[in-house]
Amino acid sequence: MHSFDVLVIGGGHAGVEAACAAARMGARTALVSFDLDAIGAMSCNPAIGGLGKGHLVREVDALDGVIGLAADAGAIHYRMLNRSKGSAVWGPRVQADRVRFKAAVQAMVRAQANLTLVQGEAAALVLKGGAVAGLELAEGTMLEAGRVVLCTGTFLGGVLFRGEERFVGGRIGENAAQRLARQLREAALPMARLKTGTPPRLDGRTIDWAVLEEQPSDDESWTMSPLTPRRRNPQIFCAITRTTQAGHDAIRANLHRSPLFSGAIAAAGPRYCPSIEDKIHRFGDRDGHQVFLEPEGLDTHLVYPNGISTSLPVDVQETVVRTMPGCARAVIVQPGYAVEYDHIDPRALTPDLQVRAIPGLYCAGQINGTTGYEEAAAQGLVAGLEAAAAALGKEAPQLDRANSYIAVMIDDLTLQGVSEPYRMLTARAEYRLRLRANNAATRLTGLGIAAGCVGEERRRWWERREEVRQMFHVKHSQKVHARELAERGLPVRRDHGEKPLSEWLRHDGVTLDALAPWLAEITALDPLLAEEMAEDAAYAPYLARQDAELRDLRASEALPLPAGFPYAEVPGLSNEMVERLTKAAPRTLAAAGRVPGVTPAALAALLVHARRRQAG
Amino acid sequence: MRPPPTIFALSSGAPPAGIGVVRVSGPRAGEALASLVGRLPEPRRAVLAKLRDASGALLDEALVLWFPGPHSATGEDLAELHCHGGRAVIAAVEAALALLPNTRRAEPGEFTRRAFANGRIDLAEAEALGDLLAAETELQRAAALANASGALSRQVEAWRERVLLLSAEVEGVLDFSDEEDAADLPECFTWNIGALAEELGEWLARPRSERLGEGFRVVLAGPPNAGKSTLFNALVESEAAITSPIAGTTRDVIERSVAIDGVPFTFVDTAGLRATAEADAIEAIGIARAATELARADVVLWLGPEGEGPEAAWEVAAQSDREGFIPKPAARFTLSATTGQGVAALKRALVETAREALPKPGEAALNARQHARLSEAVAALARAKALSDPLLVAEELRHARLAFDRLVGRATTEDMLDTLFGRFCIGK
Ligand SMILES: Cc1cc2nc3c(=O)[nH]c(=O)nc-3n(C[C@H](O)[C@H](O)[C@H](O)COP(=O)(O)OP(=O)(O)OC[C@H]3O[C@@H](n4cnc5c(N)ncnc54)[C@H](O)[C@@H]3O)c2cc1C
Ligand SMILES: Nc1nc2c(ncn2[C@@H]2O[C@H](COP(=O)(O)OP(=O)(O)OP(=O)(O)O)[C@@H](O)[C@H]2O)c(=O)[nH]1
Ligand SMILES: [Mg+2]
Repeated sequence: MHSFDVLVIGGGHAGVEAACAAARMGARTALVSFDLDAIGAMSCNPAIGGLGKGHLVREVDALDGVIGLAADAGAIHYRMLNRSKGSAVWGPRVQADRVRFKAAVQAMVRAQANLTLVQGEAAALVLKGGAVAGLELAEGTMLEAGRVVLCTGTFLGGVLFRGEERFVGGRIGENAAQRLARQLREAALPMARLKTGTPPRLDGRTIDWAVLEEQPSDDESWTMSPLTPRRRNPQIFCAITRTTQAGHDAIRANLHRSPLFSGAIAAAGPRYCPSIEDKIHRFGDRDGHQVFLEPEGLDTHLVYPNGISTSLPVDVQETVVRTMPGCARAVIVQPGYAVEYDHIDPRALTPDLQVRAIPGLYCAGQINGTTGYEEAAAQGLVAGLEAAAAALGKEAPQLDRANSYIAVMIDDLTLQGVSEPYRMLTARAEYRLRLRANNAATRLTGLGIAAGCVGEERRRWWERREEVRQMFHVKHSQKVHARELAERGLPVRRDHGEKPLSEWLRHDGVTLDALAPWLAEITALDPLLAEEMAEDAAYAPYLARQDAELRDLRASEALPLPAGFPYAEVPGLSNEMVERLTKAAPRTLAAAGRVPGVTPAALAALLVHARRRQAG
Repeated sequence: MRPPPTIFALSSGAPPAGIGVVRVSGPRAGEALASLVGRLPEPRRAVLAKLRDASGALLDEALVLWFPGPHSATGEDLAELHCHGGRAVIAAVEAALALLPNTRRAEPGEFTRRAFANGRIDLAEAEALGDLLAAETELQRAAALANASGALSRQVEAWRERVLLLSAEVEGVLDFSDEEDAADLPECFTWNIGALAEELGEWLARPRSERLGEGFRVVLAGPPNAGKSTLFNALVESEAAITSPIAGTTRDVIERSVAIDGVPFTFVDTAGLRATAEADAIEAIGIARAATELARADVVLWLGPEGEGPEAAWEVAAQSDREGFIPKPAARFTLSATTGQGVAALKRALVETAREALPKPGEAALNARQHARLSEAVAALARAKALSDPLLVAEELRHARLAFDRLVGRATTEDMLDTLFGRFCIGK
């Protein structure tokens, strides 16, 4: 019998982060997956980051996770989305070479101390007195551990659909973990079904790139992780094409053959990245939809046509592709398909991602109803940290809606549940101005160091950075007279008096570059940090206002709603509200306020009831 | 937890009135009703029934209603007895109720408090019900009623929805800008923010609900012996102020609140204004106070020589019955407080003016707290309108929504705690 502190099942993005995070915390950890060679595989689009998602990657990285470094290792195309908007909504995104990405993940996993890799199928949980005690593998081996993290992705009860065809499995060519799925269903965990899809892959040699508009990698020097000193791989360009009326006609004529429309798939799919048949159905008036042709790697001819995820029969997929400019002769190497799969209603989880009904069992990733590598990675990180902290009697970093997108996501999931695959958006973060992708290290690395999940290299980097940050603070407080700025041609009135540089940075037209005479020297020490500090200065009035709001929030966070709070006994709550609150089990009054459908009057009732109970 | 006591009270019309409604709320309300009626009637149906006390003596024949909780006005089991309003009948019914265990007469505001604590009403509605209890005039009652029935909460909800739609547009630009649909904000976006801000601004400009509590403030001013106190007494219909032919009789400010035609007024009599040199020390203080009052007044009735009063004062030519009365050519009112001639016309004019300046009956009005929250929302919208960075526009719109949430108590923050634990003393 092998014994561990934490067992992680599944070698996807969630599992990798969970296993490495638990091991970094010092827990004896094992990662169990079907196929160790598939660890770090990207099931779909070989891109990491994007709007909202880039924030998650940077945050996972700030806590010394894997995904940011692996993304840099594989990156063959960098692009800062939303560059024209305010920096709080910039979305760093890379396209990664699948092979290099996967190799980097595997190298990090193998190099991780305290981590054992176990190949096999997790067949069943071993429970003792209702709590987790270990795991049974399909071939009979027993693994002992008080903490098990389930990161099995779409592999629970997954069914693939392509036109009239059906396959059982999570990804083409892999087994679905049917036995484990049955056990969870028997444990009466609230489960539901969702669907997602993937587009066909094209042979890049059959695309006429010359007629298409190119989208090059940007020519800046940022990377996903600050520990990646510079971009490594040759950078390639993507191309932009679009679907056409002829393709749309073919889709319309064959809608009945799509499992989405024939009724075969009833589960909800992501509104934010719908299938092409969905798009045509919903926006019938559009004569074309943009499609990005993204090469999948440096050593492969595969091209990922981003924008035409589909489960239509292969012949229709062919027509859709061939009617796109530049693709008249394009060959489909692997057709697109849709997956319908089981997920757990995440309201069954506590904020540490533990299943309320089965102590010791944690869930992370797509199994919780999210979609995307970054969402999976971020949850894996949290589950791994929490499971290890619980096993070792330590404290995981305190994440909340005001310090991370990670906590925003987990709070949303555990309080509101999901009705479609959950994808990160910047709009979900109310304290967006303070949660920028470029200040993740400032926000989180210190917390990670304190919790013990940050390795030596990053700790040294961060401590040095903190020193420079202090120097910036000193420099920013230097007072400069308006006259001096005006004399250098800056748009300020000469009679504006003397102000610290941090305040001048708030003025329209006074940029970091414009203040170079005062700041150039220190900016050279760390240009990215200089930008971050300048943004902080510019946003300062908004941040101060949010501070006041946060103080209020903390006041209602101070009123706990203990586990098992008898909502049904609170008079005046409708049955529906009782049900939602019971499912979401908010821990504080503030959290109850975020459960959907809870009215102000109901909150008042809760408040009174909770106070009375508190008073005894 | 001990079950809360069951409470009862006469909740309408002090006896003797046509009908007196006795309400009973709490866990024993059903028992109470059954003991009086002999059975529990069908829920939410008015039923005519004979009320008897424990000894079986007939108390009254009344219309009774049974609302099992939580779908009742208080959220608890609730019974209503519409009795014939005689003093003796009501007293007998109340006495019978008081005999039940853990059942007592309600304290003022206790029904409201329970409704709030049980989630039947939100913060704005609870505040309004508090106002309703305190309402002394018809106008105050009507305004409180409008808020209590949720008019303000509904209005705030509608504004919140509109801001939410605006937010969604900005968020589309921020989060989906790489998709072709949501590239830029539509042209009407700023216009829509402006229109909403303007609409909220109109609400802010409306008279505040405290105005009803304070009443419309009318200050009488003029030189000594002008007849101020005499007119004051005539207006408040009591001998509140001492009058005498001695100049400088009134030395301090005297205030009386009365309702005229259901409109709340506060009349203020002041010391006659004359050069402080002629006045003694006490009178001088009185004169200084009079000056302060003039500044606070909604209307000043000026009884002195024409044109010498404060700006916008109403020129009143008083003591018109006296021999040697010198008319004021531009007087708005010529009257005699002694004979009463001309006083009614003055009252009519005051009522008309006050109605304009106070919240309209039936129209929801804001109190100071609500006004402050709404001002925050307006300020945030105004800033949003002036900004071009969608990120900051979004932040301001979020701030406006937060202000709405606080207004109705959704934000569960200090506002709500203060209101709850201050005004309603819950949780003791
Ligand atoms: C068809 C498809 C298209 C997608 N398109 C996109 C996209 O375009 N962009 C995007 O960001 N995301 C996309 N996603 C979502 C993204 O792939 C997932 O959200 C993300 O990979 C989930 O990560 P995970 O770690 O939760 O699960 P996965 O990455 O699915 O990993 C699960 C792991 O668990 C292992 N496993 C499962 N059961 C067992 C068991 N019983 N025993 C041992 N091992 C087990 C599997 O072998 C696998 O390694 C798509 C997903 C699919 C299926
Ligand atoms: N006939 C007649 N006498 C009046 C009338 N109004 C006031 N008087 C008399 O005039 C005298 C002064 O009236 P007050 O009301 O005390 O005057 P005042 O303006 O309050 O005077 P101070 O308080 O001293 O400033 C009293 O003797 C009143 O009885 C009136 O309308 N008709
Ligand atoms: Mg007087």
